[in-house]
Parts: sequence; structure tokens; C-alpha cells
Amino acid sequence: MNTPRTAGSRQPEAGSRFLHPLRWAQARIDAWVLARVKRQPGPVVIGRGRVYILPTRFGYGFGLMLVVMLLGAMNYSNSMIFLLTFLLAGIGLVCMHHTHANLANLQLRIGDAAPAFVGEIAHFEVLVDNPAARPRWSLGLSWPKAEPQATYADLPARESRRLRLSLPASTRGWLPARVFSLHSDYPLGLFHAWTWAELDMACLVFPQPAAAGISPPGSNGHGGYASSARSGQDEFAGLRNYQRGDALRSVHWKSLPKLQAPMVKQFAETLEQELWLDWDALAPLDAETRLSQLTRWVLDAEAEQRSYGLKMPGLQLPPSRGAAHQFHCLKILALHPQTSGAA
Amino acid sequence: MNDYLPRTTLLRLLVVLTLVLLPHALQLPLWESLLIAALIVWRGLSATRQWRAPPKALRVTLTLATFVGVYLSYTRVSGQAAGTALLCVMAALKLLELRARRDVMVMVFLMYFLLVTHFLVSQELWTAGYLLFSTVCITALLIECQHLGALPPRQTLRTSVTIVAQALPLMLVIFVLFPRIPGPLWGIPANAGASAGRSGLSDQMAPGDITELIRSEDIAFRVEFDGAVPEPGARYWRGPVLDRFDGRTWRRSMPPQQTAAPAIEFSGTAIDYTLTLEPHRRSWLFALEMPARIGFPTGAVLGRDGELLASKPLNERLQYSLRSYPEYRFETTLGERELQRGLQLPAGYNPRTIAHAMAWRAQGLNPAQRVDAALRWFNQENFAYTLRPSVLGRDSIDDFLFNTRRGFCEHYASAFTVLMRAAGVPARVVAGYQGGVRNDIGAYYVVRQSDAHAWSEVWLEGRGWVRVDPTAAISPSRIESGLEAALDASEGLPGHLSARTRLRFYLETRWDWVNMQWNGWVLGYGPELQQAFLARFGITDLRGMLLALTVIGTALLSLVGLLLLRQFAPARVNDPILRAWHRLGDKLRKQGFTQRTDEGPRDFIARVGAARPEWAAAIDRVLLLYLQQRYLQAPDPGVVQALSDAIRQLELRR
Repeated sequence: MNTPRTAGSRQPEAGSRFLHPLRWAQARIDAWVLARVKRQPGPVVIGRGRVYILPTRFGYGFGLMLVVMLLGAMNYSNSMIFLLTFLLAGIGLVCMHHTHANLANLQLRIGDAAPAFVGEIAHFEVLVDNPAARPRWSLGLSWPKAEPQATYADLPARESRRLRLSLPASTRGWLPARVFSLHSDYPLGLFHAWTWAELDMACLVFPQPAAAGISPPGSNGHGGYASSARSGQDEFAGLRNYQRGDALRSVHWKSLPKLQAPMVKQFAETLEQELWLDWDALAPLDAETRLSQLTRWVLDAEAEQRSYGLKMPGLQLPPSRGAAHQFHCLKILALHPQTSGAA
Repeated sequence: MNDYLPRTTLLRLLVVLTLVLLPHALQLPLWESLLIAALIVWRGLSATRQWRAPPKALRVTLTLATFVGVYLSYTRVSGQAAGTALLCVMAALKLLELRARRDVMVMVFLMYFLLVTHFLVSQELWTAGYLLFSTVCITALLIECQHLGALPPRQTLRTSVTIVAQALPLMLVIFVLFPRIPGPLWGIPANAGASAGRSGLSDQMAPGDITELIRSEDIAFRVEFDGAVPEPGARYWRGPVLDRFDGRTWRRSMPPQQTAAPAIEFSGTAIDYTLTLEPHRRSWLFALEMPARIGFPTGAVLGRDGELLASKPLNERLQYSLRSYPEYRFETTLGERELQRGLQLPAGYNPRTIAHAMAWRAQGLNPAQRVDAALRWFNQENFAYTLRPSVLGRDSIDDFLFNTRRGFCEHYASAFTVLMRAAGVPARVVAGYQGGVRNDIGAYYVVRQSDAHAWSEVWLEGRGWVRVDPTAAISPSRIESGLEAALDASEGLPGHLSARTRLRFYLETRWDWVNMQWNGWVLGYGPELQQAFLARFGITDLRGMLLALTVIGTALLSLVGLLLLRQFAPARVNDPILRAWHRLGDKLRKQGFTQRTDEGPRDFIARVGAARPEWAAAIDRVLLLYLQQRYLQAPDPGVVQALSDAIRQLELRR
């Protein structure tokens, strides 16, 4: 149960059909249902018909315990044991409805999905709304069959919470979120209720930045890491907030304990340079390597607060800088067609 | 999932565990109670002071040691008492390796099971309340386990109470309708039944046996008279008949199989009554002297000695209706074997007693006169009726009659019977109960263990077996006893009532009445009562029971489900403007337009308008009204109505 499984690996193995007929049957049913989950823009309302429920391991254990108690009650002709056994049985049955109701009528909406680089973990946010006047407890969000990795939240009455799904970003481009599961064992952990939904959300995955080393051509000898040595002599211009991709050596460590957020040193001199990051300049390399290298240059140039432009086949971004420009450049790199540009 | 166990949850677990184990503490050996207490305290301290977990070797050693300890205490590790003891200590030992929330789930199941074992010992009403409370607490703990981080106890307890309250009607329905089969399934339990293993009349009587019994306030049986109630002095509840004497102890001589129906002639007025006998794990039943052969419970017979015998030891509470006649002639003719049985005395015991009785015979007294002589002797000499008799030597009757002269009913019955036998009058000891106190609320009589009594029966020519109660002969000297509360009310002892105040007596009667209902309807709800009860509703067979169980159970469960769905349904939006806007949203969604999270009303309507110009005019008007009413002005009911109407009349077609 605890081994992490990706959303795709839910096909039953061939031999398990006879070894674990129940598990096999359930896997078949799950696959059937999963294949029929519609991808929707949201909001998705979880009707009570879409909440599935099965006993957990503890639920089966509880049932077994009740059977033993019942046998004891019969053997000793003990009315009190009968009473307690039936009370516990009643608790179990009522708990099933509570667990089911804990999920019913929730609403799922698409939340943020911050871009990630290849090799990082992409996070999808799902907004869960509770329109009811009753709080919901211990709602977990995970990929199907990967409940141990779920993130949990409680949902007060008439409120919303963000829950997060994580998926390793392995290829650049749009990474679509697949079917996910919202589930809960609350209140007694005897039953596991879940629903499957697929929201039309995707996360942009930038190419993996190449290792530092090659400096961009045509940067007047000031590009890449040559400039960093020089930047130390520049006039210190101030601090700005850390952005992803900033070089570690530019972080102002001294202020970290005080401000609780990392700051980056800025130098006035570096702002003057203009840089062209050119696809064709990396001609001998293959397409993915070129994209990686360009990503690295975009990040470095932004970190050094230089103006940079991007030249791609059939596309040219004029030099600029700032978060929006950087995003624009990285998006172009991320969505660069897979097949073209192979050397 | 993160399986970390919060410290507060652990401490709460310890509290609940203590609550569950507390009633068991009285039953367990002292060393075990102390060990469990130590383990609980250690676990609590180790959590707050962050001590290290004990090494595995220590845990294993401790576990094995407790196994040995339980074996030494009970000479076994299975069975009811030993099994319970083992379960208790294992639950406590589990604390040593309690780390994750998963372990708490296992503990919770263990605790539910411990509750069950408690019912094997006690089934009184208060236990039920205590255990219901425990169930709520355990369930609250289980709820807390389903949440990352501790929850406030108010919230878990409220949820737990809700769930238990919703489960109670289900419990009741299943309890009533679940088909009962007569137990036991696998052999008779070691000491099942409510008052099992505790006091009760046994099939033998040595000096001091009944004196012990008399201290118990436990109820032996309850009687409801149908019509006339006999005088207290005439209420002799006949139990086992003891006719074999070995010099010290009286025993029953006849195995139940050899019994044959006795010849009894009844006369006078009949007394009808219903008796509810607590399980005492013996095969005899009690009846007012002398029961006619009417209404015996299934399998019961009247033995040769006038004992009412059930077919097997009584493990369940039994209710039966009988008819008795206080006037009777019992076995007017006696065979030679029976005669010898009634005269048997062990050789070489109690020579002085025998000599004393022989003297009456030598004086030429007839049997009836010999009886009178003995009673007169008891009455006139300084015999004392006391709950603190002196210790008797080998010739116990000699010792009693000529030295100590301090005894309780069993001493007198025993001595009198020996005297009679020595004097040539067939005699035997009858054990049973005498008297009983009326419960005014339920109009029934309660006979307690403290009403236990022993008397004699002598056989007289032409009259048969006649009851003689030698205790009655020495009644004036009873006052000596300091334990009035334990003494028999019918014997006219004023101390019996004075020890209890009027209020206490009143409360006790009430409480007993409640208990009787509880016993009758809940504890006594076995196969017979179930059949009788369900027959009233026309359910007579197994199929009917299962059908009713399924139908009513499902209906109740669906009711709970519906209630919950209502509670968890989207709450109604109170603002009519917002409600109208939501309705528009629904209409547009059907046409494929959904307001995005990053879109305000204006942007959304603009987007829809751009895509479907034919709607633009209508939805723009609605937008305008909505924005005006919701954000710009104080809402005007008329305009709100107009907005609502406009949205309702909006016709969106593809």
C-alpha cells in the first residue's frame, strides 16, 4: 500500500487474476470507471452518486471483530454482549453514511498551477468548495491509488480550501493533470469514500536549465559567468526579492535571518548590457540541449538584470527584462515543437 | 499518509484505556492491576518527558513474563477469566510499542473487545450505562485517529455522540429481531451468568455455609403472586434436599436420574405465582412448598424428595409459573430403603447426641413427642441464634449441642435432624429460602441470598414428611446478632428494617423494580421471550424475523442517510440577488459558459456577449440590474424581483 505508484500504473498484473480475484475484480472495475471520468473545465460538483465507498482494512477487521463478538454472545447467551455487538454494528453502518456524506456535494475548481522546470515537481492546485452548513474533515487529494501521498485539509462550513497535487515534471511543454481522487476515511476510518474527477488543468513545464559553463555568444565578453566576476566591482544597487533561477551566489545571505525571505544583490553596472540569446548560435547541438542551454542563459541574464532578447527559428523577442519577459521567453522554449530543429 | 501520533491523542488514549480497564481492576490479580497501572503511567510520562522506547528484548521478556504470571494465577491461559486477564495486560503492553496512529486503531479495537469481556462478569444496569459512555469515548478516540493532528475533544465527542445516538435505534431493532438460538455453541462457559461463581445454595451444607451466604444481598429470585399471598412465616421456598450425613456435612444422596414421582396429596387453597430465578448454575429450581405438577418449565420434574429439578444446570435467568398448596400430605407410606435412608447416621460420630436422643426413645415417647421434646430442648436451654457461631470440633453436633450452643439455622437444622435420626424418626435437611420482601412498586416479592435458610423434614406415620423448623423454636434468643441487616425479615427481627432508613428502602425498592424490568426484558431476552414477543406482531418464524430485520434495518439506515444528505446539502443562499445571479450562472453553464475563478461578473458577461451577440442585450440588462442591486444601491425589493423575473424569462437557445 505504501509504495508510491504513479497514476498510470493501475492495470492489474496478469497473474493476480487468480491469486487475488477480489483485488483483480476491483482493479478491473476501477479501470472501467476511471476510463469514463470526463475531463471538465470545472467546477465539478460531486453528486452523491459519484461518491464511491468501500470498507478499509480496518473496516474488514471491525467486521471480523463483530462476528467474534456475536459468536461469544450466542455462546454465553449474554444479552449485553448482543447489545454491544449490535451497537457497534450500528455504529459501523452509520459511519458508512457519515463517510459518504463527508464528500457529497463538494465542488471542485481549478486552482493555480505554477510553472516548473523539467526535473522539478509540478504542483496543481484544486480548489475545494464546501457549500454546506456542515464542516468537512480530513479530505485528502491525491492521484488514484496513491492515497498515502495525499494532502489533507479540513473544510469549514461555506468555505473553500486549496489542496495540492504533485507530479514529477519529466518533459517540457504542457503537463496535463490526469484524473485525481478526492477521498476521506472520516469519521471512523472503517470506510474509504472517494470520488474521481478530472479537471481541465495543465502545468507549464520549462526545459531543464543546462549546467553553467557556456557563455552566450555575442555578449561582448560580458555574458554568462564572465560577467559575474566583474559584477563584484560594480556599484551595489540594492536588494530585490529572490526569484526562481537566481544564482545562489547572488543571494544576500546576511539579511536572510532578519527578513525571513531571501534577497538578491543587484548591481548597477550589469543593467547596461544587451544580450541576444540565439537558437542558431548553438547549431551543432541537438534541439533539447539547445533549449536547455537557452533556458540557462535566460535565467542567468535575468538574474544579472541584463536586457536579453530571444532568437528562435521564425520568432524573435526583442531584448527586455523582468518577470513577464522571462516567462514569455521560457514559455517559448517550453512549447518549442518537439520534432523540428534537430541538428 | 503521515502516521505521526500527536501527544494529546496519546494522552487521551491513556485516559480512555484507564476508563475501560478500571472495572476490570477488581477482577484481576493485584500484581496485574499494578503492572497495568505502571505501564499506563510510564507511557504517559515517557510521552511528556520524551523518554526512549524500551528495547525489544525487554518488551519480549515482559510479555513472556506476564504470560507466565497469568498462567500461575489462573493455572491456565485460556478460558474466560484468564483470557480476560491476558487481554487486559496485552492491551497495556501494547502501549510499549505504540507510536503511529495505526497502532491506536488496533488499541481501539482491543478496547471495544475489553468492553465485551466486562459483560461476562457483570450485567447490571449501571454497567450498561458505564459501557455506553465508554463506547462514546472510544469512538471519539477513533475519530481523532482519522485526522492529521489532534482535534478538540468537544468536536470528536460531539461527532461520537451523534454517531452512537444514530446507531442506538439500529441496535434496538437488531437486538429485537436478530434470531436467537439457544446457547451455548461450544461448551458451557466457565462461569457465565450474572451471579455466577458467587454465592448461592450448594448441594451440600456444612456448619457455616449458610452463615456465609446470608451476608450477600444478591437476589436469588423474584416472585409475583397471582392472587392470595401466603403469610411471611409460611413462605418456605424449597430447594435441594440433603439426606446424607458424614458427621459434619450434609449432601444430596440421589443423583437426579434415579428420581421417581413422589406421592403427594394436596388440600386447601392453591397459591399461584410466577417465579423469576437468577441463574445459579445448579439444576434445582425453587418452589413454594409444595408445588403441584402444573406449569413446570420444559424438562423439569419433581423428584422423589420433592425437589423441583431442571434438565440441566441453570445458566440463564428462568421464569416459570407454578401452583403450590401449603397443605399437603407427602409420601404417607415409605419403603424400607427410603426408611433406612431417612435414618442413616455415620458410625462413631456424635456419641453424646445419639445417647441423648436414645433417652427419649427409652422414655417411650412416640415420634411426634420426640420431635416436641427436641424443639422444647432447643427452646428452654440457652441456645443462641447468631451469625458468629463458635468453631466446632470433630463431633460437630455434640460440640454444638453440649458446648457452644451458638449457631445459625444450618446448625439447628443439622443438629435437629441428627437428633431425630438417632431417636428413630426418619428425618432430612431441606435447604432453600424463607420469606421475601415485597416490592411495592412492582407488587412482587424479592428473595435474596440473605433469605437463605435450612430446615428439617421428619417422617411421621400417617402424616408423611412434615416440615419442622427448629430455628423457629429458638427465636427469642436471636437478638444477639449484630448483623440485623443481613437477617431474615420474616423472622420478625426489627433490626432488619431499622438498619435501612425509610428513604433508602424506598429507593432500593424503586431500583429493584427497574432492575427487574431490565432483567426481564433485556437480559432475559432469549429464544423463548423473543418468540413470545414477536408473535404479538405476527412474526412467528425465522423468515419473518429476517425479513422484518432487513426491512426495518434498511429503512432506519436510509433515514440516517437522508438526514445526513440534508445536513450536507448545499446551504441555501440567503441573499435573493446572489441567488438570482447563481441561477443565471446555471443557465449559462448549460449553454457551455462557466464563470472562471479569475473572472468578475462584467468580464464574464462580456465574454458571453462576444460569443453570442444575440443574447448580449438581454444579459447586459441583467448584469446591470445585478451590479446595481448588489454593489451600488441599497437593495430595492421591487428591482430584485425584476432581476429575478428577467433571469427566469431569459431564453437562451443555441
